[in-house]
Amino acid sequence: MAKSFNIIISGTGGQGLITLLQIIAEAALIEGLDIKTSELHGLSQRGGSVETHIRFGKEIYSPLVTQGSADLILNLEISEALKMLSYASSKTVFVINKNLISYPGGFEEKELIQKIKNFGKGPKYIIPASEICQKELGKEVVSGIYLLSYAVHKNLIPLKAGSILKAVSKVVPEKYLDLNKKAFELALN
Amino acid sequence: MKKILLGNEAIVQGALEARVDFVSTYPGTPASEIGNTFAKIAKENGVYFEFSTNEKVALEAGIGASFSGLKCLVAMKNFGLNVASDALLPLCYTGIKGPMVIVVADDPSCWSSGQSEENSRAYAYLAHIPMLEPADAQEAKDFTKLAFEISEKFNLPVILRTTMRVAHQRMPITINPKFSPFGGSPAGRQNPKGKFIKDVRRFVTMPPRVLEMKEELLEKIEKIRDYVEKSKINKIRRGRASTELGIITSGISYLYVMETLQELKLNLPILKLGFFYPLPEKKIKNFIKGLKKVLVIEELDPYLEKEIKILAKEISLKLEVLGKDILPQIGELKTEIIASAIVKLANKKLKIGNSLKIENWKLKIPKRFPRFCPGCPHAMVLTAIKRAAPEGTIFGGDIGCYMMAGLPPYELQDYLLCMGSSISIAHGIGKSTNQKIIAFIGDSTFFHAGIPALVNVVFNKSNILIIVMDNFITAMTGLQPNPGEKIKIEEIVRACGVKNIKVIDPINIKEMEETIKEFLEKNEASVIISRRICALLAKKQNK
Repeated sequence: MAKSFNIIISGTGGQGLITLLQIIAEAALIEGLDIKTSELHGLSQRGGSVETHIRFGKEIYSPLVTQGSADLILNLEISEALKMLSYASSKTVFVINKNLISYPGGFEEKELIQKIKNFGKGPKYIIPASEICQKELGKEVVSGIYLLSYAVHKNLIPLKAGSILKAVSKVVPEKYLDLNKKAFELALN
Repeated sequence: MKKILLGNEAIVQGALEARVDFVSTYPGTPASEIGNTFAKIAKENGVYFEFSTNEKVALEAGIGASFSGLKCLVAMKNFGLNVASDALLPLCYTGIKGPMVIVVADDPSCWSSGQSEENSRAYAYLAHIPMLEPADAQEAKDFTKLAFEISEKFNLPVILRTTMRVAHQRMPITINPKFSPFGGSPAGRQNPKGKFIKDVRRFVTMPPRVLEMKEELLEKIEKIRDYVEKSKINKIRRGRASTELGIITSGISYLYVMETLQELKLNLPILKLGFFYPLPEKKIKNFIKGLKKVLVIEELDPYLEKEIKILAKEISLKLEVLGKDILPQIGELKTEIIASAIVKLANKKLKIGNSLKIENWKLKIPKRFPRFCPGCPHAMVLTAIKRAAPEGTIFGGDIGCYMMAGLPPYELQDYLLCMGSSISIAHGIGKSTNQKIIAFIGDSTFFHAGIPALVNVVFNKSNILIIVMDNFITAMTGLQPNPGEKIKIEEIVRACGVKNIKVIDPINIKEMEETIKEFLEKNEASVIISRRICALLAKKQNK
């Protein structure tokens, strides 16, 4: 890999963003790459906006993705996708959970989707991951794993599905492992 | 063995590899995960660990351990050092017996800090304490070990100063699996006992001895200066010989500088400082000699820049030292900011295609504020307060999740400064006006700094209402235990001489409302203890 691969994962506190970040970082380590990530802890996690940064490649200095340089923006909540546009270029790929956690003053879902679609030429995958995971597995919380699996299998992340799956086993606690693996496989259908 | 660790976990790993014996802390983000991790792994690694009542107490506990010959680590966030500073200054006079490292986490941009955008580097000057600044998680581990070595060598405590982007950064770290809770094996030893050997000359800071101690401290710092000159953590990367511009940087800014130079394909000479105090003055002079311009890249206040300007004058009056004239003093730095400063000086053009266009593309997106968890007892008590308090009541805020009282829909926070101050400021307002005041304080904050404030309320007689929001845990920083486990707050309040006391479960909104109304009419201080388990803790316990 010539240059670094830059991912932003955004959502609201409590959606499992840091677990996703850890899985991607572990998978990159399994593939022998250098990694740096940045995350947010503290009060803002209590249902507020959270953005995390992941960069991997041959040699990585900064833990932060610069403006306009994200290769992939993964969003667990749709209005949080809109807030990440400054990290995107016209080529950036978006993988978005069609899941609105509304808040006072926020936009409607239709309006959000339109605004996101209007931006740049990069592909935008808007997937009802929360709905699918709730329906099939009874747990919405694994929608992040579902989206990650989707992105990996569509070759939107330059990491092997096998590495991600290995990383899931390393990062996710034993008692939730089965559920997470199911969510990972669910995205293949 | 390589393992991906969070900066704060890397500090724990470094301390374990250095064979730390005693660890104390008060939780505070961005330092919280140091305590959280030790709480989990201390026992099996033969380490004594405690969450102390506050940072001053944590440091003093560490001092006791050090005086008994144990190797100790004390961790806190920046504001914690303000609280602990009363002990820090004399500690540098006495020096240590067992090596001691104090981790202090700053938070540029205030991601998880109210109060102020503090730059704790100033304490290095104030206390004459050596201070190291890691740039990444690997250095966080390496510098922790090194800090223990320096502490042992010079008989002084050493501060490891991190920032949020180091503390909450992950990267693959080389670890020694023999002493690692992160996929390695526990150290498998008993927590060692030390011995306090009496030494009045050393441990008692009474005049006239105290001034001799100051002299000894300054002599130690002079010795450390020689050590610092040779230290490899102050590294020079020479660029092309013909360059006229050089960069001096430290901490996380170094990573942004390297990123910028890689992006711009620039090869400038860089001096990366691992030591903030004392500085390698000869090395700095040697580095800047022959340059025409030096750009000092550091976050927040220009401490390095000021020092380097003085050194530059000794070399050449023509040498230009730049820093805060082209870099911000407020907020954290990032690659974008540093890149635009460097291109200006290096006569380069920045590729701004997409990013700038997007800057102009600014959408007005309403902010999503954090909110109380479903079932949060704070939300219940705030609802009751909102209904019961007459118009014009002043609401005093304090540090904890209940700071969200200031956000809609509650908007019940008229001032907010620092730990414990809701009560003491309310007292001051009470003595100065005839207005009604309610001060909020959480259980952990009450133990941290609320008790002396409450004693003052009773002693100096003000009639404020204090609502202690007791949710059994230090919630905001990630559910750490606090003294409320063993000590009942109502017993302390009673012992302080408060007569109007009531313990209420906030789910009983009616009772809460009536009590608030009743207590607000009293001529002396009253305390309501609103007691109900934190919703996050309840969820965790039910798992």
